[in-house]
Amino acid sequence: MSHTIESIEFESSIEQENAEPNYLTASKGLKSWMFTLDHKRIGLMYLISIFTFFFVAGIFALLVRTELWRPTKLLMEAKTYNQFFTLHGAIMVFLVIVPGIPASLGNFALPLQLGAKDVAFPRLNLTSYYIYVIGAFFALFAIINGAIDTGWTFYAPYSLNTGGSVILMVTAVFILGFSSIFTGLNFIVTVHKLRAPGMTWFRMPLFVWGMYATSIIQVMATPVLAITLALLAIERGLGIGIFDPILGGDPVLFQHFFWFYSHPAVYIMILPGMAIISELITTFSQKKIFGYRLIAFSSIAIAVISFLVWGHHMFVSGQSELAGMVFSALTFLVAVPSGIKIFNWISTMHKGSISLKTPMLWALSFLFLFSIGGLTGVFLAVLSIDVHLHDTYFVVAHFHYVMVGGTMMAFVGGIYYWWPKMTGKMYSEKWGAIAAILVFLGFNLTFFVQFLMGSHGMPRRYYNYLEQFRTMHQFSTVGSYLLGFGFFLVLLNLLHSVARGERAPANPWHALTLDFTQTSSPVIEHNFHHQPTVHTGPYEYGE
Amino acid sequence: MVANQMSNSRFPLVSHFSSPHQQVEASKLGMWLFLATEILLFGGLFVFYGVYHYLHPELFKAAHRFLNVELGAFNTVVLLFSSLTVALAIHAIQQNKRKWVIINLSLTIVCACIFLVVKYFEYTHKFHQGLLPGYYFRNATVPDPDQAQVFFSIYFMMTGLHGIHVVIGMIVLGWLLIRVIRGEFNSQYYVPIELGGLYWHLVDVIWIFLFPLLYLIR
Repeated sequence: MSHTIESIEFESSIEQENAEPNYLTASKGLKSWMFTLDHKRIGLMYLISIFTFFFVAGIFALLVRTELWRPTKLLMEAKTYNQFFTLHGAIMVFLVIVPGIPASLGNFALPLQLGAKDVAFPRLNLTSYYIYVIGAFFALFAIINGAIDTGWTFYAPYSLNTGGSVILMVTAVFILGFSSIFTGLNFIVTVHKLRAPGMTWFRMPLFVWGMYATSIIQVMATPVLAITLALLAIERGLGIGIFDPILGGDPVLFQHFFWFYSHPAVYIMILPGMAIISELITTFSQKKIFGYRLIAFSSIAIAVISFLVWGHHMFVSGQSELAGMVFSALTFLVAVPSGIKIFNWISTMHKGSISLKTPMLWALSFLFLFSIGGLTGVFLAVLSIDVHLHDTYFVVAHFHYVMVGGTMMAFVGGIYYWWPKMTGKMYSEKWGAIAAILVFLGFNLTFFVQFLMGSHGMPRRYYNYLEQFRTMHQFSTVGSYLLGFGFFLVLLNLLHSVARGERAPANPWHALTLDFTQTSSPVIEHNFHHQPTVHTGPYEYGE
Repeated sequence: MVANQMSNSRFPLVSHFSSPHQQVEASKLGMWLFLATEILLFGGLFVFYGVYHYLHPELFKAAHRFLNVELGAFNTVVLLFSSLTVALAIHAIQQNKRKWVIINLSLTIVCACIFLVVKYFEYTHKFHQGLLPGYYFRNATVPDPDQAQVFFSIYFMMTGLHGIHVVIGMIVLGWLLIRVIRGEFNSQYYVPIELGGLYWHLVDVIWIFLFPLLYLIR
């Protein structure tokens, strides 16, 4: 029994699709997009921007990996290499993966899943997007003006003394932070106040729960990053002496300030991914999700505990042993809710009617790759092990497994899932599967060998390396090209569908959430013909 | 969102909300969340203060004597009074007493100006004494000048960021005042004034914490 509808002429929806404009065609012209207040258009604009930066930062990654083909110089000087990995990291973190899913798929699908006509503050939403664009321009300008080589983490005292446009770059990130805060604020109010009649908290789709938890972190943590970067910029400009030891400051204080945001930030990155996986697993198993409340509460638990573990980035910074032990223990704790989700998803699949459509292939990749990534995070949380693995390729592999193997897999799966709603078209399943497999293979080839390198002592961010690591680096470089090609195929597949794809039905996946049961493909401008009301939970398959 | 004077409902309902009540509740929740982010923003500076006060207590005690407690206390009273006037403005619009809304909002803005003028005098006095942040510090009478400059850096950063928020508050209140004069609010619709008032109260509360931490160190 799906969400019961009050009054909808669903039988004539095909006629309505033909007759009625959708959100893409309802108004025309550049200005109608530039000044739109429609969450779907804003989500789509974000999606295009975010993926543009994904490919830009991806190219920097390929350049880095190419340089590492040989133990000594191949293409570039060391300073350029440092700039390239900094840019790869900074663009990926601040322009792609933090805004990532929330700004694009969150904006598009959250109001639909809630049965709302839009987010709570549509003008704030558009403002958020323009703040993102302005921040992106600042970042580009900073790069052109003198690319920084500090790593995306801007550690003092190096960031205080190095050349390059540090102040411009941190200003860019400061601005981008506000985009993130306003998006989170908008979602929290939307979830609290704009749910359809009858949709209690525990009848919301789990995607919404995940986005809500993410929004809490965005709102609470990002201001701390803002003030940290402001302090960094002011110290560079005025020498106030907070972080620079020569001026009486403390560089470890910078790390505390920085990681207080940046650790919760990684949960801003993964929680939306997990939110999508809940939808994909249940829809493509055509089975009610196992442990709805546990998954919902685990998202909130992750959000809360994420604020308590920042010191695990600083085990070797000189902080006290006691601090190290406490952060280590709390980090074990934060892994538990993630583990709960994995088991609940697997249990959902058990005895489900599994359909291996493209979104599900990405979801299955997520389950495998995120498990590895998450587990290796727990290894790193062990103090005695981290002493050896800190700042090695093991850490690099860990975070790429969770951010790419986790979040990016879920992101692409979500894009394929909601593609019919966004474009009204179906993509080619054959090419979708091929791309998914190539990405999976390319990803593992690139990054699995990095666990091995790291445990053998290969340091991260190094331009030159010892001969014994050459073969492993070469595997990794070949893998990176395959990975890049796979993502490029995804892009081609999706773009081709817009031009030549079949028209999408309203509910191609037989999902039971309002975003599929109550909308056409593509969605109409005001989302629903009549206000939906809800009488059951969102995943009542086979009942 | 201009109030439609001609419609039966005197509340400008935006289309994606289903009722005025929902719209008001959403706006207020949004504002409270925004205030929480502001508190976290200042929180970083309070941590900066806390760390260095803990590490150099004597230095803080000695350096703070260069601040003018009387002016600081006067500013505190001015801001507290301005919070009262903005609350009175809201009380007045609830009773449709437009004249009193205009008077009270204007008083609030005047208080903000007084606050900034006092700060201007405090700052220029410090510049003359060479008590400037970081590289620009030029005062030999402070005990342990190399370390002491941290106190003044903190002072300028905290009061400076607060001052920026006072200016933002003034702009918001000024814009609200213009809208009141234009007749956009009435006893059924005055949410923007409430939101502006909330913001102003936050600016006041932050100063309430700043003042003792900077001016009243014992």
